[in-house]
Formats: sequence, structure tokens, C-alpha cells
Amino acid sequence: MDKFTEFKNIVTDPYAYCRKYKEETGKKIVGYTCSYTPEEIIYAAGALPFRLFGTDEGIHRADMHLQSYCCSLVRGILEEGLSGRLDFLDGAVFPHTCDSIQRLSDIWRLNVTPQFHIDLVLPVKLNTTSARQYLIDILEKFKKDLERALGVKITDATLSDAIKTYNQIRALMMQLYAIRAQRPEIMSGRDFHSIIKAAMIMDRQLLLKKLGEIVAQMQNAPGSKIPPGTKKLVLTGSICSHPDIYDIIENAQGVVVWDDLCTGSRYFEGVLDEKAPPLEAIAQRYLDRAICPAKHVGLTDRGESLVQMVRKHQADGVVFLLLKFCDPHAFDYPYIKEMLDSENIPCMLLDMEEQLPAGGQLQTRFETFIQIL
Amino acid sequence: MKKQISEILKIIVIFLFGKFKKFTLRFKKSKSMKDIMMVYYSEAKSARLTGKKVAWITSGGPVEPLIAMDVIPIYPENHGAMIGASKMGAGLCETAENMGYSSDLCSYARSDIACATVNGGPIGGLPKPDMLVCCNNICGTVLKWYEIQARYFNVPLFVLDTPFCHTGYSDEVARYVRSQINEYISFIEKACGRKFDYDRVKKVGHLSFQGQQLWQAVLDTAANKPAPMSAFDAFYHLALIVTLRGTPEVIDYYTALLAKMKDRIARGIGAVPNEKYRLLWDNIPIWHRTRWLSDKFASHNACLVADTYTTAWCGSMKYIDESNFINSMAEAYTRIYLNIGVDEMAKMVINMIDKYDVDGFVLHSNRSCKPYSFGQMDIQRIVEKERGIPCLMLEADMVDERTFSESQISTRIDAFMEIIKERKKHSPANETVS
Ligand code: SF4
Ligand code: SF4
Repeated sequence: MDKFTEFKNIVTDPYAYCRKYKEETGKKIVGYTCSYTPEEIIYAAGALPFRLFGTDEGIHRADMHLQSYCCSLVRGILEEGLSGRLDFLDGAVFPHTCDSIQRLSDIWRLNVTPQFHIDLVLPVKLNTTSARQYLIDILEKFKKDLERALGVKITDATLSDAIKTYNQIRALMMQLYAIRAQRPEIMSGRDFHSIIKAAMIMDRQLLLKKLGEIVAQMQNAPGSKIPPGTKKLVLTGSICSHPDIYDIIENAQGVVVWDDLCTGSRYFEGVLDEKAPPLEAIAQRYLDRAICPAKHVGLTDRGESLVQMVRKHQADGVVFLLLKFCDPHAFDYPYIKEMLDSENIPCMLLDMEEQLPAGGQLQTRFETFIQIL
Repeated sequence: MKKQISEILKIIVIFLFGKFKKFTLRFKKSKSMKDIMMVYYSEAKSARLTGKKVAWITSGGPVEPLIAMDVIPIYPENHGAMIGASKMGAGLCETAENMGYSSDLCSYARSDIACATVNGGPIGGLPKPDMLVCCNNICGTVLKWYEIQARYFNVPLFVLDTPFCHTGYSDEVARYVRSQINEYISFIEKACGRKFDYDRVKKVGHLSFQGQQLWQAVLDTAANKPAPMSAFDAFYHLALIVTLRGTPEVIDYYTALLAKMKDRIARGIGAVPNEKYRLLWDNIPIWHRTRWLSDKFASHNACLVADTYTTAWCGSMKYIDESNFINSMAEAYTRIYLNIGVDEMAKMVINMIDKYDVDGFVLHSNRSCKPYSFGQMDIQRIVEKERGIPCLMLEADMVDERTFSESQISTRIDAFMEIIKERKKHSPANETVS
């Protein structure tokens, strides 16, 4: 049994994991849609935060609510909600991001019952004093909403505790990513992908323990540096739900050394200030962290931070993973590409529909791209 | 250089003045839409020479403070509608796609982004902005779109962030938006280089409110049977409440229009000569096919008497406090039709169904506009359940005509109208009508 088996099992059948978890612990489970969810508050309420990934298969219920031009992520999440397969959830929280998620929240509230439903209408601007204040206010409101829904009291002590736990988890994730970026041979991209996905599902104390073990092992593991000739890539986009991409890249003599993904670095980057009042600390992390394109900070910061990321990790190129019908990312693509071009950083665009293009074809595309690097 | 500019200025002023004179001669009672819009765009285009500032602003944006400071507001979305109506959408959208913008993005945004670089479109491009004002009460698309234009024109951008009201308006939101109104005023002061005119904005606010009341009154006339105007007329007359809200022109224009509609009612004249069926329209017009659709429905003696789109510019009047416009602006601009939950939208639709006494509901599922279109299928279901009227969903795009299939849509409208005719034949209400 390899050291990643536990993570892989959770990712293969997260629902079974959750049902069992609930049975064994009696704890509540709260679904959420994106990395702007203050998991710390859910954790402090004694519940398990569970990221909704949706499904690509057998969609028919969601088609009764969403037209054909909706992204597969939103459609897939709704399908799972309507199917009843998420009946282990006690409720779900919808942080405001893009127009599609905004409407998903309404449709879910009206059709997926009887679980509780909370909207967390975050500010869209993250660069002003009033937005910061609003963000803190709305986190306070979320805390109260959650207390009511779960019938618990969230104290500053439990919040501080949650913040410490999350700081440790995130620090370990960062370390793991960094080790992997240096020595990709000791851990495949697919394995890393399983870990990060499992991190948004499994019991966080168990996660912390497992991550600690793995990082310790990795640090001591023999393993060579990046083999000569291997090209280093950075991925950017919303989410990557196709672990095959890592295999394809590795088969084409590439390696992903960092990413700007909602299911990647945007999830674990940023440290919470343990001395600040808890909600302010949570708010501050969102204000400082790399943003999702549905948020506004400046005019060029996403492009700049991508260039910086490439430089920092000495990457050779960038791969855009654009989900079809995802407006925020599609609007940013041309300017960011232009910025990369002017910095002489090669990039390739991968338009993703629900399913990836047939394996061989994609393999060739990556090989061609990696060869020119 | 200076001399040159003053020469050009002279020519433009003569041009404008001449035009004005011509208008006042020709249109004693009220100016025509076309003429008002022409003056408006010529003024905006000569702003550089007349020393006025130009702000690009989103259609649901708070324009009154700009008008109070003599800034000329320009609405790229209105421009998008003109592009669509003049069937120039496909070409410009294609240009945007060549620039790297996905064909799945909003076609207003795509055509405007393309137009800025080629100065194309029906009026040779919009006058360049000195500032950009983006209010996200309609969608998240405008945020991305205005970021793109702020980079392109290298001008300051103000974002008025109006949090989405899924199930109501919270104190947190009220405080946040109210404080942004102050930030907005400082932004304008900085851009204009002078203090904000609080007295003037009171007057502008008053005019804006009056304009909205009049626009609602105009739309209300369609409750009459037969309706003196159709939604297609509303799509046309809408331009003023969008672009010149807060100015006296709007008041004059809609006062005259209202009188005209009342006169038509008095004389029993309907927009559709033989109105038998009354329909409600949802979503943005299919600008490149308004005439065709209007004729199509009229051929079935059906009149689209009302729509959810044109009412959006007077739908939040209940939140406006005329005596304190600046204060109440926050709520009025946050609780607009597109910034509320699907169930609240459905309620408003049902109110309209009752108010205008319609026989059917036509929903334009608009590929361009996700916040307007997602949730429509639920609204349709709610309407069917609550009012039991037939509904028709047409998938199209407001500007990009490339995917529009006239024959298919035509067949679907025919089938829909058959159902309505059948039902009306058997409806008890019909039996009592002589
Ligand atoms: S940001 Fe993009 S991928 Fe994410 S839910 Fe919205 S449209 Fe879909
Ligand atoms: S059409 Fe829709 S997506 Fe486009 S700008 Fe208008 S509200 Fe936004």
C-alpha cells in the first residue's frame, strides 16, 4: 500500500467517506463551492467542510434548470445536489464569485431541500477600506448564520484553534508542493492532485497528521533533481478536475512546478495572523491572497503575479486551463497572454469542455508545446 | 495647434447650433429620439473641444452624480444595442474573437472591446472616456469588461460594488454601498478637479426620479386593451431613460410620449392592429431581429405588451427617497431586477402577468447574458405553476446573429401561438367577451 492510498480512496469515493465519517463521529458536514469559503469558521463550528466538485457524468437533472451555455462545474454541482447523492450534507454555503455561481445558489436554494443554505455575499472589490470592513461584517454574519443553522456557538477560542490548524495544514501543503517542484520524481502530479483534492474533503485533523508524515518522509526520501531535459510548467485557471493532465504532461517530459488554480495554490497560500482578531485574520488572507478573476484588486495584478510565479519557480512555460463558458477567466486570458508574450514566456491554451479531448490528441499537443520550450 | 482646435470647435458649435435650430423648428413639441441621440453623441464626440469630461458607465450605474458635475455619460451597452440593431454584431464579435476573446462571452462586451480598437460600428466608435464607472448590479461581466477598457484607454476606473441580494437587503450591504457613494463622489471630484455640487445633484436626482415615474407611466399604458404600444416600442423608447436619466430632455420626451399613448387609448388604437393575444417578454431584446419578431407575433394578432427588461430602469423607484437622493441611491441601485434572487424575479414576473393580463410568456434565453438567463427555467416553472399560462423559451443572442435560425424560431413561435389560440378559445373569460 503506497503512502497515498488513503488520499486516493477518499478522492475516488468521497461520498462513501463522508457517510462513514458521519456515522462514526456524528459530526455535521457542510458543502461549499469555492476557495473563498472561510473553512476555518465551519471547522470552528465543529463541522466538516466539504468541497463540492460536481460530476461530469450522467447529467440530466441539471439540464432542467440550466441552459446549454453554463460551465460544467456549475452544472455538475447542481446535478449532484439534485440527485440526492449529497444527502449526507447538513447544508451548503455559496460564496459569491461569478454570475453562474450566483445563480447556482438561487437554483440550489429553490430546488435542493431540505438542507440549510447560506449565501455568503463577499465583496467583489478587495482593495478598499470599506470593502475590507464589509468583508469582516459579512464574515461575522456568516458566523451567526452558521451558528443558527448548526445549533452551535462559535467562540473566539474555537476560531483561534481553527486558524492554527489551518495555518499548519496550509504550511504543509506549501512545503509538499515545494519539495515536489524541486524533485518531481518522488511524487507524481496525479498523486499531488489527489492529496489536494482530499484536503478539501477529509477530516482536517487526520489530514494534518498525514500531511506531516508525508512531508517528513519526502524530505528524507532519496530522489534526484529534475531530470535534465524536463520542462517546468505553471498551470493557471479555475479548477483542474482532470488528473490525466498531469500524466500527459509528465509523459511529454514536462512537470508542473506551481499553479494558480482554485484547487491549487489559491487554496493553500496565505498565512492567517494568529494574533489578530480571528475574523479579521480570515478577511486579511483573502485581501492579500492571489485573486480569482471574479474579484477586483487592480488592473494587472493577476498577470503580474503569474509572471512572478513563473520567475520564482523558474518555469519554462504556462498552460491556461480554460473551462468552456467560464466568463471571468476568458476575459482575462488575452491580456495575461499578452503580458506573458512580452516577457517571452511561452504559453498554451487548453479549452476544456466537460470531457478532455481524446488522449492521443492532447498528448501530441503537449509534446509539441513542450518541445518548443 | 491652439488655433486649429478653436477652428474645429467653431465648426462643431455651428454644426451643433444649426442642428439645434433645425430640431426646434421641426420638433416644436418634442424632439425625436433620433435627433436627441444624435445631439447627445455629437456633444459627447466633441467633448475634447468643449472641455467636458466623458465617463463610460454601465447601464445600471449611478449616473446622477456625473450629470450634476457636467460629465457626459456614455453607455457602451446602449452602443452594443445599436451595433446589434444595425446588424454589425457578427463582424465586431469576430474581431474580438481574433483578439483572443472567447465567442461565449457577452456580445455587448465583445463588440464594444473590438469597436474601441477599430472605431467601427454604426457611429464610428464611441468618444474616448476620461474615466470609467462600473456598477456590478447587473453582472460580473461588466467588471471584467471595464477592467479591459481601463487598461486599453489608461483612465481611472471606479467600481461600485453592489452585493447581490439573494434574499433581501442586509445592514452590512447597506453600510458598504452607502460608503462607496462617498468614495464615488471623491472619485468624480478628483477626475473633474473641483468640489462636488450637492445642490445640483438634488435637482438631477429629482429629474431622474421624475423620468423614471414617467417611463413607468408610459409602460403602464400597455395595460390597456388594446395596448397602445408594444414591448418593441418600449425597446426603442428605452434609450433615453438609460442614457439621459436625470436631464430635462427625458421629462419632455416621455411627457409627450405619454400624451401620445393616452391619445391612442382614447381613440382605441392598438400597437398591433388586431390585438387578440397579449404576451410578456423576458430578457434583453434580440436586437438584430426586433422588426422580424414584431411582425412575426403581429401576424398572429399577438402583441408583446410588456417585458421585464425595460421596466428594470424604473423597478427600484420604491427605494428612492426624493428628499435625500444621494442617501437612497445606495439601496435603489443595489436592489435592481438583475441583482435579486430568482424567486423574487419570478414574483415580479407574476405581478406583470396579472397587471398586463397576458396570455403567454416568451423567454429569450440569451447566450450572452448568464445572470439574466440562468434561473429562467425555474422562473418558467414557477409561472406555469402559479398562473398556468403557456411559456416559450427561445435560445438566441442579443447582438451576435451568427447562431440565429430564423426558420427554427419561426416554427416554434407558430406552435406556441397555436397553443395560446386553442386555450383562449376554451377559456371561460373568452366566453363572456362579446
Ligand atoms: S468562475 Fe468560471 S469555472 Fe468557476 S463557476 Fe464561475 S464560470 Fe464556472
Ligand atoms: S448583457 Fe448581461 S452579461 Fe452582458 S453586460 Fe449586460 S447584464 Fe452583463
